[in-house]
Amino acid sequence: MAYLELDRVAKQFGAQTVVDDFSLSVRKGEFISFLGPSGCGKTTTLQMIAGFLDPTRGTIRLEGKDLTAIHPAKRGLGIVFQSYALFPHMTAAENVAFGLEMRNVPRGERTERVRAALAMVGLAGYEDRHPRRMSGGQQQRVALARALVIKPSVLLLDEPLSNLDAKLREEMQIELRQIQRTIGTTTILVTHDQNEAMSLSDRIVVMSQGRIEQIGTPQETYEKPASAFVSQFLGKTNDFAATIDRASAPARLIAGSWSAPAPAGRNGPVTISIRPERIDFGDAGLSAKIVTRIFQGNHWLFQCESECGPATVIRQNDGRSQPAEGEAVHLTWRPEDMDVRGVA
Amino acid sequence: MSASAEERNARTPWALTAPALMLFVGVLLIPLAMTVMLSFHDWGQYKGIEPVFILKNWREIATDPYYAEMFGRTFRIAILTTLLTALLGAPEAYILNRMGGRWKSVFLLVILGPLLISVVARTLGWALLFGGNNGLVNKLLMSAGLIRAPIPFMFTETGMVVALAHVMMPFMVLSVWAALQRLDPQIENAALSLGAGPVTIIRRIIMPQIMPGVLSGAIIVFSLSASAFATPAIIGGRRLKVAATLAYDEFLNTLNWPLGAAVATLLLAALVLIVVGSNALIERRYAEVFR
Repeated sequence: MAYLELDRVAKQFGAQTVVDDFSLSVRKGEFISFLGPSGCGKTTTLQMIAGFLDPTRGTIRLEGKDLTAIHPAKRGLGIVFQSYALFPHMTAAENVAFGLEMRNVPRGERTERVRAALAMVGLAGYEDRHPRRMSGGQQQRVALARALVIKPSVLLLDEPLSNLDAKLREEMQIELRQIQRTIGTTTILVTHDQNEAMSLSDRIVVMSQGRIEQIGTPQETYEKPASAFVSQFLGKTNDFAATIDRASAPARLIAGSWSAPAPAGRNGPVTISIRPERIDFGDAGLSAKIVTRIFQGNHWLFQCESECGPATVIRQNDGRSQPAEGEAVHLTWRPEDMDVRGVA
Repeated sequence: MSASAEERNARTPWALTAPALMLFVGVLLIPLAMTVMLSFHDWGQYKGIEPVFILKNWREIATDPYYAEMFGRTFRIAILTTLLTALLGAPEAYILNRMGGRWKSVFLLVILGPLLISVVARTLGWALLFGGNNGLVNKLLMSAGLIRAPIPFMFTETGMVVALAHVMMPFMVLSVWAALQRLDPQIENAALSLGAGPVTIIRRIIMPQIMPGVLSGAIIVFSLSASAFATPAIIGGRRLKVAATLAYDEFLNTLNWPLGAAVATLLLAALVLIVVGSNALIERRYAEVFR
């Protein structure tokens, strides 16, 4: 049973289509990420759910009710903005209390809920601080508390962590996930950071140029990318030109000096893509020369020049000796680890 | 670094600011000091200015109710003008800020336009529209039968306030607009998503944040209005004098320079006190918004 449902939603600004044919159904309590490069329409979609923009076509339903007919102030959604958009003339507690005031929650209950919300985001004791006297991370927590205290039916997060430094962002990711799990609020996160999307969400909606490229769990989108865009956007990937030779029996897929039994269906020139961590060094396979070798603690990163163009290889630092720069090697991988596509 | 080089470095800022400083001292501080001194000199119809130190002029201003009435009028007009520009200018700036790119630049030009035209020309415009029986608006309204007598505008305090507010409006709009630029563009959406209606958003979220802009605009408008000369001279004429026109008359018509100097000095002192005082109050009150 869908909790939040978007049905063929589209948004046009003049002649320009920013979002097109966006259909998604979200289960109650789910954590969904809209992932894509800037300008892919992810924020526009979020703003249509929030009600700051009206969809040109399509419907948005929450628990079966048409959401687009409801005024944004009455939708009861919690939103955390990229800039936090805290009220600078109010203290942290006043900021958090604002939504409750608008709902005419009695003063006693209000104070109690504000205190609890600030404690939940780890800001107990900061009630009387003004936002401009707080760090970016603290402001972010106030914004989260302000959105959650009204017990929203859906929590919308618009790139909430992009203004934080790397270490703080990682801490906030873990905390965000824990808070979301504890209170079970259905959450939609807009992000351009694939690591953030993968580590936080139950499902990822990968978007490009206003369209959905793929909807799936983080593992599905990474392991079985539906398109070249998805495989390139989520993590690194190697694309090699290859050919399927159906003249020989049995038919074979050939990339340079690497070959394997051909998959059914295609014929002629194809593109194969393999994740860097799925490539191994072997005695036979694609001939390559190691250009650079970078040690990164738990793994090694190799840049190679192969018969089929540049290749990136990642090997676990498992204690075995690794090939040196300038060394000639053979790249090999299991056929099931690669993705075969027609030449675009 | 050697001691002499350090000394030279310490002197550099002084050397660099010296030309501007000399200009400031020469054309502002010295004439100002001379005006203050002049206000303590004596004057007579036949003997002219006598360089003595007496309190005659100051005693006259303090005891003659004519001066109290005139300073009262000056500040009453300045306060009403400030209120009028704030009431009209703040919404004007808010609407301007919400306009789209092209319209915004067109209307910004419309708002700034008056600054490009001489104050005298703008004020005479009002006189053409409302000046007695021959004023354009008065004529139209009377021939349409809407009013019997012309709307009293010339030589009234109301007329002076309206004309001054027109002249001062750009300063208020620009000041509020600058404050609006500092607003987070998502702040209204944030309030909206928390359930606030449009009136609540303006009252609880926008107003407190642009108040510093309104107040600093008010300081500019108030001090310019209280010391304005051209508009009160044209609209108020001889009948409704304000501090600036009185000082002018004392200097150039009565030729009682010392009395004119005392009026000018008092106006300056009062303005400095009011502006510095209210600025300090505003900065303390809105410390959190200013940071």
